[in-house]
Amino acid sequence: MVLTETITDQEIRLHFEIEQFLYREADLLDDRKYEAWLGLFTEDARYWMPMRRNVSSEELEHEFTAERHEMAWFDETKGTLVDRVKQIRTGVHWAEEPFSRISHVVSNVRILEAGAEEVRVRCRFIVYRNRMVEEQSLFVGSRIDTLRRAGRSWQIARREIYLDQSVMLSKNFTNFF
Amino acid sequence: MVAIDRTMQKLVDRNEGTVSREIFCNQDVYDQEMQRVFLRSWLFVGHESQVPKPGDFVLSRMGEEAVIVTRDKQNRVHVLLNSCRHRGNKLCLHDRGKSKSFTCSFHGWSYDSTGALVALPYHDGGYSEMAKEKWGLASARVETFEGSIWATWDKTAPSFVDYLGGSELYLRTQLLGTDGSEDGAEVLGGLVKWRLGCNWKVPCPDVDRSHGWMTHKSLSDAFGVGPTGFPVRRGEGGGQRAYAGSPRTYCVAFPEGHTMGVTIPSDDDPNWGDAGVWADKPVIREYLREKYEIRKRRLGTMASLSVGPAIFPNEGWLGRVIRIMHPQGPLSTEIWTYFFVDRDAPQEVKDALSFYYERWYGPGGMTQQDDMENWYNLTIASKGPMARTLDLNYQMRLSEPPIHGPSRFGLPGLFTPLYSDENHRRFYQRWAEFMEAKDWDELSVRESAK
Ligand code: FES
Ligand SMILES: [Fe+2]
Repeated sequence: MVLTETITDQEIRLHFEIEQFLYREADLLDDRKYEAWLGLFTEDARYWMPMRRNVSSEELEHEFTAERHEMAWFDETKGTLVDRVKQIRTGVHWAEEPFSRISHVVSNVRILEAGAEEVRVRCRFIVYRNRMVEEQSLFVGSRIDTLRRAGRSWQIARREIYLDQSVMLSKNFTNFF
Repeated sequence: MVAIDRTMQKLVDRNEGTVSREIFCNQDVYDQEMQRVFLRSWLFVGHESQVPKPGDFVLSRMGEEAVIVTRDKQNRVHVLLNSCRHRGNKLCLHDRGKSKSFTCSFHGWSYDSTGALVALPYHDGGYSEMAKEKWGLASARVETFEGSIWATWDKTAPSFVDYLGGSELYLRTQLLGTDGSEDGAEVLGGLVKWRLGCNWKVPCPDVDRSHGWMTHKSLSDAFGVGPTGFPVRRGEGGGQRAYAGSPRTYCVAFPEGHTMGVTIPSDDDPNWGDAGVWADKPVIREYLREKYEIRKRRLGTMASLSVGPAIFPNEGWLGRVIRIMHPQGPLSTEIWTYFFVDRDAPQEVKDALSFYYERWYGPGGMTQQDDMENWYNLTIASKGPMARTLDLNYQMRLSEPPIHGPSRFGLPGLFTPLYSDENHRRFYQRWAEFMEAKDWDELSVRESAK
C-alpha cells in the first residue's frame, strides 16, 4: 500500500485490522496462551525460519537456506507447532521450566499484497527473552505472513521468519516468533 | 603448567572416577588445552560433498581458529588457516562459495586454493627480495576418510587411521550410505551453528545414556518418544527402564579417547524403516526399509545405524548427524551440526529427513533445547569458588572392568553396559594424557582395542 491521497477507507480499515491481529497474536504469546495462539493458524499452515549465511554480494541467492531442501532453524506444520506447545505444557520441558519472560515487539507493518481471501504482510520483530536471572536473548528480524480471511477475523496460513543472525548467538530457541 | 596446585592426572582421577570442575572453567587449563589438545589432534573440518568441484570452498574451524577448506584444480582438498600472512587480516569473508583465489581486503595479497601466495599487487618492486614461497597460508595436514575431511597442525601426529585405532571400523560404517555403499552420503545444505555458554568438553563424551530419561522427560511424557523421536520401550518400572534401550546396546570406548554407543543388530530387530517416526511417511519408510535390508546383507553385525563414534577431542554423532564442539573460551562453545542424507535418495526422502532433523536437533530441536539448558545451568552452578572445590562424579560401574576387545561380538572396543561412566572416564583420561604429554611419542597408544 502506497500512502497517497487516493487511499481509501477500506485500505485504512484493512491495515488497522491486520495490525490489531498481529498485536493480539503477540500478546497471546507473551501471556503464554499458547493454545489460543495455535488457534490462529490454519490447518495447512507452514512456519518456516531459514538460516542465513555470509556470502559474497554476487552469490546473494545463497544467503538464505532453501525452503525444504536445506536445513532451517524451524520448519513447522500446524501439527508440529501443536506438539511444541504440548511439550511446553508437560512442566518438565526444562528449556521453558520455569517459563522465560518474553516480549514480542511487532512493528513496520506493511501490507504487500491484498487479495480477496489472503493478504501478505511484512513486519519487523524484536523478541526479547529473559531467562532465570541473567540470561538474555535478543532476536531481531523480519517476518512475512500470509493471512487468510476466517469469518470476521484472520488466520495465519504461512509465516516466513528471517532472523538477523548467521551463527545463532543464544543457546536455544524456546520461543515462537 | 597451570596456576592450580594439582597435576592433570589429579584433576582427572581415573581410579576415583572423579573430574575436577576446574577443567571446565579455568582459563589456564583452557589456554593449555588450546595448545596441547587442539594443535595436536586430528579435527573434523567438513565433508567432501561441501566442496564437490575444483574452486569450491567452505569455511570451517580448528579449535578457536577459522580455516578455509578448499578444493584445488587437481581435485585435492586443502585446509588453510584463514589469516593473511602479511599483517594477519581475516582473508576469506564468506561462509562458502567458489573462487580460484583469495585476495586480502587489507593490502591485496592474493593466495590460490592451495594456499600459495600468488600475487602482490602495487608494491613497485618492493618485494623483489622476498621469498614468496615462504609466505603462503598455513596449511594443515589433511586426510579424507570415507568422504569426511580431517586436519591437524601436528606434523608428528600419527596417520588419521592410526589415530582412530579400533574405532575406524565404526566411523567408516557411519559415513556410508544407508545401504552400506561407499560415497553414498552427503551433507544437507545449511550447517546449524550456535553458541552455548558451557565448556566445549561438556557435550563431548558419548554415551551419557543415564541423562535421557530425565533431561528429555517432556518427550516421553508428551509423546512416548525418546531423544531422537523413536518410541521408548515401556519397561515394567517405567522411568529409567523405559530408557533401557536394547539389551544389546553398549558403551564402547577406545584408549585413543574415542567413545560411543553401539547397538549390536540382530535378526529379530524391527526393520529400520518401520521405526515409529516414519509411521505416517510411507515414502521414506519404504525407502529406508529397502536400503536397510541391503545394508544388513553388506555389513552384518556392523549394520547398526547407531555406532557413531565421538572422535577425540570434539567430534560427536547423534544418529546420522555430526556435531562439532568448537571451543570459544572456557565458558563458551560454538556447536556446528552437519546433517547427512543419502546422496542418491529421491528429493522427497531428503526433504522428509531434513524435516525430521529440524524437529529434534539443533537449538530449536525439541530434544536439544533441553540439553542446552542443563549444559548452561551446570556451567553457571559450577564456576563459583566453593563449587570448584567439589569434584564431579563419574563413578557408575567404576570397578567393573570392560569386556576387552575384541569382544565376544567380534567387534573392536572396550565394551561396558550402557549404563556406565566408563566412556567418560576414558575420554577424560585421554584428555589428561594430551595435557601432560610433551609430544606424540608420549601420546601414541601402544595397545589399541582393535
Ligand atoms: S594483511 Fe593481508 S594483505 Fe596486508
Ligand atoms: Fe540429550
